[in-house]
Amino acid sequence: MFLKFRAKVMKPLFLLTAFFSLMQVAAFAQSDVEKKIQTQLILAEDGETVNLPAGAFEISGTLSLDGKNNITIRGAGQDKTILSFKKQTQGAEGLKISNAQNIVLEQFTVEDSKGDLIKAQGVKGIEFRDITARWTGPPKASNGSYALYPVQCQTVRIERCTAIGASDAGIYVGQSDSVWVTACIAKNNVAGIEIENTTHAWVWKNQAFANTGGILVFDLPDLPKKQGGHVKVYDNLVGRNNFKNFAPKGNIVGKVPPGTGVMILATNDVEVYQNKIWENKTASTAIVSYFISENPIKDKEYNPYPSRVYIHDNIYSEGKRMPTWKSKLGFIFWWKFGKKVPHILYDGIENPDWKDAQGNIKPEYKICIGQNENGTFANIRADKLGLFKGKISKDKTPYDCAY
Amino acid sequence: MTVPIKIFSLFVTSIFVLTASILPEKAPKALLSEYGYFSGALNQLQPAEGVFAYEVNAPLFSDYAEKSRFIFLPSGAAMQYRESGAFQFPEGAAIIKNFYYPLEAAHPEKGRQIVETRLLLKDVKGWKALTYVWNKEQTDATLEVAGASFPVSWINTNSKKVDLEYVVPNVNQCKGCHSYDGQFTPIGVTLKQLDNTSTGSDNQIQFFQQQGKIDGIPAAFEPGKVFRLADYRKREQSLDASARAYLDANCAHCHNAHGPASTSGMFLNAEETDLEHLGVGKPPVAAGRGSGNRKYGIVPGKPSESILLYRMEHTDPGIRMPELGRQMVHEEGVALIREWIKAL
Repeated sequence: MFLKFRAKVMKPLFLLTAFFSLMQVAAFAQSDVEKKIQTQLILAEDGETVNLPAGAFEISGTLSLDGKNNITIRGAGQDKTILSFKKQTQGAEGLKISNAQNIVLEQFTVEDSKGDLIKAQGVKGIEFRDITARWTGPPKASNGSYALYPVQCQTVRIERCTAIGASDAGIYVGQSDSVWVTACIAKNNVAGIEIENTTHAWVWKNQAFANTGGILVFDLPDLPKKQGGHVKVYDNLVGRNNFKNFAPKGNIVGKVPPGTGVMILATNDVEVYQNKIWENKTASTAIVSYFISENPIKDKEYNPYPSRVYIHDNIYSEGKRMPTWKSKLGFIFWWKFGKKVPHILYDGIENPDWKDAQGNIKPEYKICIGQNENGTFANIRADKLGLFKGKISKDKTPYDCAY
Repeated sequence: MTVPIKIFSLFVTSIFVLTASILPEKAPKALLSEYGYFSGALNQLQPAEGVFAYEVNAPLFSDYAEKSRFIFLPSGAAMQYRESGAFQFPEGAAIIKNFYYPLEAAHPEKGRQIVETRLLLKDVKGWKALTYVWNKEQTDATLEVAGASFPVSWINTNSKKVDLEYVVPNVNQCKGCHSYDGQFTPIGVTLKQLDNTSTGSDNQIQFFQQQGKIDGIPAAFEPGKVFRLADYRKREQSLDASARAYLDANCAHCHNAHGPASTSGMFLNAEETDLEHLGVGKPPVAAGRGSGNRKYGIVPGKPSESILLYRMEHTDPGIRMPELGRQMVHEEGVALIREWIKAL
């Protein structure tokens, strides 16, 4: 499809340039376009819009914008301006925005960078609108990590974007604050949308299809921004996230079992509601501690337990779902539940410091499971699990609460 | 390469705009010679008045390029020592770094080709980076704002001809490394790097002190006695000191708590004492395929299971570290870090 499209665009462009002069043709030669864009990005003045020309261009190195205020980088449309980094030799990212304020990226496509496609670091006010960021061809471990990657940013808006083929996360927001992700499509990534060590994030009306895991909310150790939380995930469509996990080993998402819908790992204050979550074969919604990763924890300030998670008013589909055997968790689920894995799974690993004298989790730390359509539940009590023993509990009453 | 007129004129306009906006007081010169940092034939790199040569203990590997480094200080002005980060510089100061390849590495007397000169200029607004590319005749170098690349070749110490597409960074790429809490900063002009006698019989720090060119050096400073980076090339100190010096010089400009790679939680500056931050038993955060299917940054005793070494051994832009400024594998550096991890 892409090739067909490229032919369609390039032909008129070629004719157009041929119509002018030889000099004009030369001016559109790839390296000149690249140099022109990079020069514009370096020289852009406060308030300027850098327009990317229509056409498909091979870019050889990272394009970067640093230390600027109020800049818009605008393409001629997602179908019209395509920056391909397939032959990249310099830098890992496709486009990198750093140490800037109020930056808008809109209406273009970036693809096939060696590392991340668009990285924004240390930006106050970054908007991604109508951007497609993708790796072409079958999803594979050699694809870059993140398609859209704001990190250490303040005020992030990602709207109407599409992320495809990331070997880590399609839309990944890390160590940031005040985040919108809406009306986006994430497919064929390991993680569709991932919110990590990020505070005040709203993820709504997105579509996460055919990823390994649809929407992940994670808090990880050893990072400068210690704790995320206050995350709302609602009105999303999270379907058939059963794609094989093609993350290179060592990366935390490499541990996400194929068939994961929504996963909350070690994060506090997370509300998941009014989502349609269907045909994710292993875990429609999982609430887990960092211990489930079986990675050692050395960060003393790190809290590995989730708390104040509230799952309600979601619609889960019935239907037989055969959990993956390709992860230990999936295998355990299969062993315990066969083809009827409950939709909402909690690992049941509790912080002893959060318990009252009776051994119950104090109200301010509770996991709450409200009403959900087909919202079957199990506490897999992974702390006592061993592989084949341990008592899985399907009793929902300890979690009958709300925030 | 032919430069189409349209692009070229845009480029010229760009330089003009740059002149007008970014450096209101000091325009970037089109040619390196215009600054007057060197006297006599430019390619002899003979420092003019106010220009001082300096050497670092542990250099950054840059595709086997050799470097000659200078500091320019306006008359009467001095550098200021700071406890962390690079020395503070007065307005009007410049740091000048020339990159060159000996025609034959084993026979430096046969001459050299200077490829590039990078300037860091300090003005009212802070630091600015400029790169100048040398002409074939080696008579001068021209300003290049958006970066460039061109082939270079030389005979290495093993008498093999090496061909390399040499890459000149653009100004944003300069800041990709030269960054402290998002602000442009020099890197190598620190006490730990300059505490040596490479440029003459005097200790460099003492020399600058005598010249009145540096203030605030702690009274307790004694040459070679306080913390200084080892010259890893000579293995003059322990394996650990050499390896930590190597990592400090080659990784820590980004991998420190205030640098661009703070996101990773991996801090490789020589002062770091937390093993987890050094990467020992630390799973990657955003390494992607850079992890090479390995689980931890450093696995003590097992270099072949350590992500750190994997990234040093590769040249693919999606895998290699450092991300910028290295296209070749630094064989000696890899061997050092391999030995160090093995001994951990």
